[in-house]
Amino acid sequence: MATYLEFIQQNEERDGVRFSWNVWPSSRLEATRMVVPLACILTPLKERPDLPPVQYEPVLCSRPTCKAILNPLCQVDYRAKLWACNFCFQRNQFPPAYAGISEVNQPAELMPQFSTVEYVIQRGAQSPLIFLYVVDTCLEEDDLQALKESLQMSLSLLPPDAMVGLITFGRMVQVHELSCEGISKSYVFRGTKDLTAKQIQDMLGLTKPAMPVHPVRPAQPQEHPSISSRFLQPIHKIDMNLTDLLGELQRDPWPVPQGKRPLRSTGVALSIAVGLLEGTFPNTGARIMLFIGGPPTQGPGMVVGDELKVPIRSWHDIEKDNARFMKKATKHYEMLANRAAANGHCVDIYACALDQTGLLEMKCCTNLTGGHMVMGDSFNTSLFKQTFQRIFSKDFNGNFRMAFGATLEVKTSRELKVAGAIGPCVSLNVKGPCVSENELGVGGTSQWKICGLDPTSTLGIYFEIVNQHNAPIPQGGRGAIQFVTHYQHSSTQRRIRVTTIARNWADAQSQLKHIEAAFDQEAAAVLMARLGVFRAESEEGPDVLRWLDRQLIRLFMFHLRRSPFLQVFNNSPDESSYYRHHFARQDLTQSLIMIQPILYSYSFHGPPEPVLLDSSSILADRILLMDTFFQIVIYLGETIAQWQKAGYQDMPEYENFKHLLQAPLDDAQEILHARFPMPRYVSTEHGGSQARFLLSKVNPSQTHNNLYAWGQETGAPILTDDVSLQVFMDHLKKLAVSSAC
Amino acid sequence: MNLNQSAPPVPPFGQPQPAYLGHHQSSYGGQPGSTTAPTSYGAYNGPVPGYQQTPPPGVSRAPPSSGAPPASTAQGPCGQTAYGQFGQGDVQNGPSSTVQMQRLPGYQPFGSAILAPVVSQPAVLQPYGPPPTSAQVTAQLAGMQISGAVAPASPPSGLGYGPPTSLASASGSFPNSGLYGSYPQGQAPPLGQPQGHPGAQPPQRSVPLQASSFTPPASGGPRMPSMTGPLLPGQSFGGPPVSQPNHVSSPAPQVLPPGTQMTGPPGPPPPPMHSSQQPGYQLQQNGSYGPTRGPQSNYGSPYPGAAAFGSQPGPPQPLPPKRLDPDAIPSPIQVIEDDRNNRGSEPFVTGVRGQVPPLVTTNFLVKDQGNASPRYIRCTSYNIPCTSDMAKQAQVPLAAVIKPLARLPPEEASPYVVDHGESGPLRCNRCKAYMCPFMQFVEGGRRFQCCFCSCINDVPPQYFQHLDHTGKRVDAYDRPELSLGSYEFLATVDYCKNNKFPSPPAFIFMIDVSYNAIRSGLVRLLCEELKSLLDFLPSWVVEKVATVGNNVTFYREGGAEESAVRVGFVTYNKVLHFYNVKSSLAQPQMMVVSDVGDMFVPLLDGFLVNVNESQAVITSLLDQIPEMFADTRETETVFAPVIQAGMEALKAAECAGKLFLFHTSLPIAEAPGKLKNRDDRKLINTDKEKTLFQPQTGAYQTLAKECVAQGCCVDLFLFPNQYVDVATLSVVPQLTGGSVYKYACFQVENDQERFLSDLRRDVQKVVGFDAVMRVRTSTGIRAVDFFGAFYMSNTTDVELAGLDGDKTVTVEFKHDDRLNEESGALLQCALLYTSCAGQRRLRIHNLALNCCTQLADLYRNCETDTLINYMAKFAYRGVLNSPVKTVRDTLITQCAQILACYRKNCASPSSAGQLILPECMKLLPVYLNCVLKSDVLQPGAEVTTDDRAYVRQLVTSMDVAETNVFFYPRLLPLVRLSAGTKSPIENTTEPPAVRASEERLSNGDIYLLENGLNLFLWVGASVQQGVVQSLFGVSSFSQITSGLSVLPVLDNLLSKKVRGLIDSLRAQRSRYMKLIVVKQEDKLATLFKHFLVEDKSLSGGASYVDFLCHMHKEIRQLLS
Repeated sequence: MATYLEFIQQNEERDGVRFSWNVWPSSRLEATRMVVPLACILTPLKERPDLPPVQYEPVLCSRPTCKAILNPLCQVDYRAKLWACNFCFQRNQFPPAYAGISEVNQPAELMPQFSTVEYVIQRGAQSPLIFLYVVDTCLEEDDLQALKESLQMSLSLLPPDAMVGLITFGRMVQVHELSCEGISKSYVFRGTKDLTAKQIQDMLGLTKPAMPVHPVRPAQPQEHPSISSRFLQPIHKIDMNLTDLLGELQRDPWPVPQGKRPLRSTGVALSIAVGLLEGTFPNTGARIMLFIGGPPTQGPGMVVGDELKVPIRSWHDIEKDNARFMKKATKHYEMLANRAAANGHCVDIYACALDQTGLLEMKCCTNLTGGHMVMGDSFNTSLFKQTFQRIFSKDFNGNFRMAFGATLEVKTSRELKVAGAIGPCVSLNVKGPCVSENELGVGGTSQWKICGLDPTSTLGIYFEIVNQHNAPIPQGGRGAIQFVTHYQHSSTQRRIRVTTIARNWADAQSQLKHIEAAFDQEAAAVLMARLGVFRAESEEGPDVLRWLDRQLIRLFMFHLRRSPFLQVFNNSPDESSYYRHHFARQDLTQSLIMIQPILYSYSFHGPPEPVLLDSSSILADRILLMDTFFQIVIYLGETIAQWQKAGYQDMPEYENFKHLLQAPLDDAQEILHARFPMPRYVSTEHGGSQARFLLSKVNPSQTHNNLYAWGQETGAPILTDDVSLQVFMDHLKKLAVSSAC
Repeated sequence: MNLNQSAPPVPPFGQPQPAYLGHHQSSYGGQPGSTTAPTSYGAYNGPVPGYQQTPPPGVSRAPPSSGAPPASTAQGPCGQTAYGQFGQGDVQNGPSSTVQMQRLPGYQPFGSAILAPVVSQPAVLQPYGPPPTSAQVTAQLAGMQISGAVAPASPPSGLGYGPPTSLASASGSFPNSGLYGSYPQGQAPPLGQPQGHPGAQPPQRSVPLQASSFTPPASGGPRMPSMTGPLLPGQSFGGPPVSQPNHVSSPAPQVLPPGTQMTGPPGPPPPPMHSSQQPGYQLQQNGSYGPTRGPQSNYGSPYPGAAAFGSQPGPPQPLPPKRLDPDAIPSPIQVIEDDRNNRGSEPFVTGVRGQVPPLVTTNFLVKDQGNASPRYIRCTSYNIPCTSDMAKQAQVPLAAVIKPLARLPPEEASPYVVDHGESGPLRCNRCKAYMCPFMQFVEGGRRFQCCFCSCINDVPPQYFQHLDHTGKRVDAYDRPELSLGSYEFLATVDYCKNNKFPSPPAFIFMIDVSYNAIRSGLVRLLCEELKSLLDFLPSWVVEKVATVGNNVTFYREGGAEESAVRVGFVTYNKVLHFYNVKSSLAQPQMMVVSDVGDMFVPLLDGFLVNVNESQAVITSLLDQIPEMFADTRETETVFAPVIQAGMEALKAAECAGKLFLFHTSLPIAEAPGKLKNRDDRKLINTDKEKTLFQPQTGAYQTLAKECVAQGCCVDLFLFPNQYVDVATLSVVPQLTGGSVYKYACFQVENDQERFLSDLRRDVQKVVGFDAVMRVRTSTGIRAVDFFGAFYMSNTTDVELAGLDGDKTVTVEFKHDDRLNEESGALLQCALLYTSCAGQRRLRIHNLALNCCTQLADLYRNCETDTLINYMAKFAYRGVLNSPVKTVRDTLITQCAQILACYRKNCASPSSAGQLILPECMKLLPVYLNCVLKSDVLQPGAEVTTDDRAYVRQLVTSMDVAETNVFFYPRLLPLVRLSAGTKSPIENTTEPPAVRASEERLSNGDIYLLENGLNLFLWVGASVQQGVVQSLFGVSSFSQITSGLSVLPVLDNLLSKKVRGLIDSLRAQRSRYMKLIVVKQEDKLATLFKHFLVEDKSLSGGASYVDFLCHMHKEIRQLLS
């Protein structure tokens, strides 16, 4: 099946799409029997250095309910200058600009190799990028200092016309006015009071257009003569001001009594940030960057009280319904997330603290708006600093790897309907002929909003085959799907990327083999895992596992079952939220790593080799490199560690040992370099406390229970009661045979 | 009064008018050109001219005064003696400790005037001129009496009244018409009478009193006796008896003054004329005299005389004028002058219980010998009735006006500060009174008996001291708390909030930056001023003076050091802007709080800063504020949130402090404390009028309560262009012990000086914060009611967020038991406060009063100024709850009852038609009338609702001196400065005042009028060109700019003098008085006339004479 493999890879590279099935069963009945639904993993803005955007607008199907975009699958009558929509079969006239069209003179979108085309929209005002920093000042001095430096650094990375704003918060929330000379102004809000958007705008003086900002002075040529200019200013104008302002930023001055947490008004700060953008730049791409160093402790959205003796909620508390602020806080942040999403603004959360910071409650802000979520121990770590820097990384064209305010529209041919999407998006609630009644993930719509996305942002999109069994599709028929992504490019252009794909239909009874052969196991795994995680977010853990067990039996599932995406044991609620957040937006490769970490073994016996994620792989004379996406662990086997302690690597005669030690480090660097967010980098050895990162992941094939049964074989026993893969498989086999499932 | 009463008057009236006219002319015009003088006057005129020669009345006086002495000497023995005594009395007053004596002197002046006619007719006459004058005088007197008599004739009843009313109608035209009209006639008669009098000179006195003594025999008879009895009699009415003592001691020179006084009345040309009324007047005086006089019996006699008058109806009729002669009725000016002369020279030593201090208008020094200085406490009466029955009968309010932190003149030392170490001040275990000179040490000094509750307490060992043979502690004179009336204790931590020593207070400047404030230039002006003003924040440093015994240290206020007061800044319109001016900042930070509905303080560190440390940042801020808001269009403001913010800031900083609010407009922006315009003039004179004085919403009271709890005092500077609802806005300042300043239609050019001067004073003045005042009394009386700017959460503790040296608390006492004549009544006012340096202190004022079983003693030891202070405050509070008319009636009734009680119980029996006033209260009617016709109680058409509310709250915390001048403005003739005999430069003292009546204005003169809030320079139409030139730098009257507020600085004596005088007047008042130049007959003159309180006011207020008549009628009704 090498062809299928190639086909899949080719498709992925060209269109950023991978389907669970690459030949589609032709009826609903058959499809449901396939267990794994027809679905795809879509990376809408997959980087295509080889794809230059076209500088004109797409041609739309004239049927109002369709509006599909002209694509290579359309039948074209060059003489009549007509084209037939391949979704609704409407015949359309080419627009005047296409008058010169002919077989030899085709526009790009008709060429088969351009199944993905990117259009640049020329009309309409270009809106600048907007970055609103929302900074927690209840930090330790050095943490704050580091954060300030990172922020100042970020200013230099922004394009000069980007608009920036600053909100700081602690016990109070301050919205800084950036345009003032000689005196620094800020609007201050109580951190305990929830304000409506209207109130916030009133208080910031945003609702009164009469407010003369520069009544006398000649109005500066400004793209946005908006009233908001006081709080959001082009960076080139207020660079110095803002740098100074950040430099003078002090820790929250209010005294924190012994035994209390600092009062942190994150909920109100975020609410104000959302309200501010809502009032000034609605429907314009903007990024709210929230930096927090601890949990919200007061006001709406508070996650924990300020008494230190009451710890922040754990999964245990949540299960016992003992997390008294959780529901309210979640509701608050959900409300904010929805508002931000409605206006096309995305929210990033950078949480750096040793304890939890309330990501569980706040996760919706990033998940619904496509923002980043970064979790670290301190702002004063390279993990944060580099991650943050990477946000502003640029592509081959010198543009930021970020896009804003995207809407993703999915169009399907008649046999298909779209059931939902899972990823950093919200539903736009657009019902259409191609919307399925069954929902998988965020459904009930054919359009989603993705407020912030980057070239790796990936959605899972689920379909339903609706063709009835008794209405066979003619041989050679193809189903088509068109993905239309409108977005604001980081160069401030509006663009539309259109991807149109088609797959063959096959009758499941007669052509089962074809279908089987076209199954993409990896994509299916990720898609199913997404479904699982999506359910896990909303349902009880055990139920999800049971559902998953029922759905499929595959190898990866063993690891998925043990992964932090489904298991909350040993993870704080924040960590779970963090892991799930990333799982729901990374592309297939990364997702797979998350599900089943990669383990490489380095030894004198040969080149590095991938080994089983099993305790038996932990050997004394090996160095292991594990990549779990979130962590990079380098583990020195017992002997190696002893050698290292003895200092052999420093001896010229053991230079090969030095190289052996260096090899995994180099490989790790490579991974670190490409990954966002920066993984936690752990270098440990046999018996080291940090070895737990490795031990918790490997298959516990040897435990204290069976150690002796396995004799004196190599490997490291794991002290756990978890079942090993072997036991799991045995159990599954039994189940598979005994039950009707 | 009698006059008024005289039924007949009515007819006379009609006549009088014409006569009056004539008279008027003669008197007034006299100078200018009294062409038409009634023939009858002729004689009169004769004298007048003499006087007139020196146009200004003052001048005329001078001569008389000089003349007086001789006159007295000339007089018969009795008279002379009396006189002499008077003089002495006056002089001695100072020295003589007896209250009575002092009183008398004061009184005497008055009496003297009267007396002059009677006793010393010769004398009087002489001063004026030869016998004829005397004759005239007497004649006048006679006339007066007659009229008085007349009154009786048509007895009391309606007459008195009738006249007034008729007068009123008659006078519609204005001032003089009716009343004055009568004068002429009155005078006429006098003339005739004079002659008769000469004969009866000895009796004259009686005559005057009796009005008419007319019948020499009757009056003479009685009087003579009285007079003779005591020398006093001569003074007869004047309170001879009392005065005598004083007089006795008084040296001859002083005699002169009396003489002057005496002459005074007659002196001024007009007076004589009026003298016709004098009779009635005199009666009053007599009355007053009578009372004062010890011997009521004497009175009795005079009265009879009066009776005689009554009988005399006949005569009066002929002398149709029943009008009282304004000069004959008690003159505030005279009383003030007399007291000044009699008591101003010697220090007032407080050692003796129950002494009545000199009047507030007198400059005197105080020596603390065990009782608090009158600068701290003044009482309505220094002799309290022993029983509540007596008190009820007399209706004299028993009240003390306390100014605990009063500023003292430089010659007087501020109270000692005593530090008793950790044990704190020594107090009675039961009633918690503080150790004071009245505490009685017993058992060889081991115990002491509380002078308030009689509890016996142990003396702690460290405080023990042996007693000397008189039972006094040996160290009594070493310890302020055992020998002084006023002193301070350093408070221990037990006296502090939360048992923590306080931090130094903070000042927060909160500046309205709305459109109005910016446009008027206020913000720029203010910011500019603050830059320099902040270097002069109050500092209050104590120096160690001495240490006695264990842990007892005395301190005294000492030199200034850097102020401990921290400052903060807020600007606001619809939202608030806080400023971070921390010294470490390169530039100030502004923090805007828009959530006015739920105010909070956005910053802690850097809001309140030390001025020196943050100098640069503050200066930068003050430079920028006007710029930042230069383009503002915001017209709406908030108010309550601003106060709330300041209060919260102090709370966050855990200190007390003061907010300086500079506000321009009605707070209509959506926020707590939002107000609407409810100014409705139609409510005036309805039952709903009180709502104009009440706050619109209760929110401000609640806010004020929080402020008080935090020790947050609010000073409000208002710059309204229209209605701002002062009644509501002033609630918080009022309840927190703050001040309200109002600059209507503020314009930088015109009002800058006044505002800046007030601001400087307000910022620099020493304030006590977070204060609690408690007044303890000895058993028998109890403090029951309190007036002033403060808050009370229970019935005994006066809570003051802030208290400065200008604020006064008036306390009313009631009996709850019998008092003992022996032990008297004691007051101890204890004020616990935090000084500007953040030191917690207790200031103690002790005062011992006498108690009496005779009402006469009460009436002899009253102080009218204090009484008026109390009554005004009582009335001004009353308008909050009752219709204004009810309040006015209550005042009149109470006053009538007081006087009637006197008449009934203390005065010697006499004709009911005679008005007899206690010496100490002879000014009560005139002052009360001033209160009644004040803007609050009887607003004129031009008085705004805000003005009334403003004045109402101002008066609430005024001290006696302020109310005195506020209700009865000072009117100072100026040209005398230059035309006088002395060189204007050398003569730096103020010219003697004249009575506040248009009648007293000469159109050839220039006058200054001040009432503590306003200052007018009135220029007569025919003032000499030279004067105009030298004062205004223009060549003629017509070129003077009306409404001018600054006199040009010209290098000539007159100009220097006048400007110097204006400066000195301003220096005397706690608020800067803006000068307004008013030209005679100018449109501003109407405004000016409003302050001529003896005249009928345009708003319907009665003239002095009318009111006196009315009072008399009321009294008679009560008596009958």
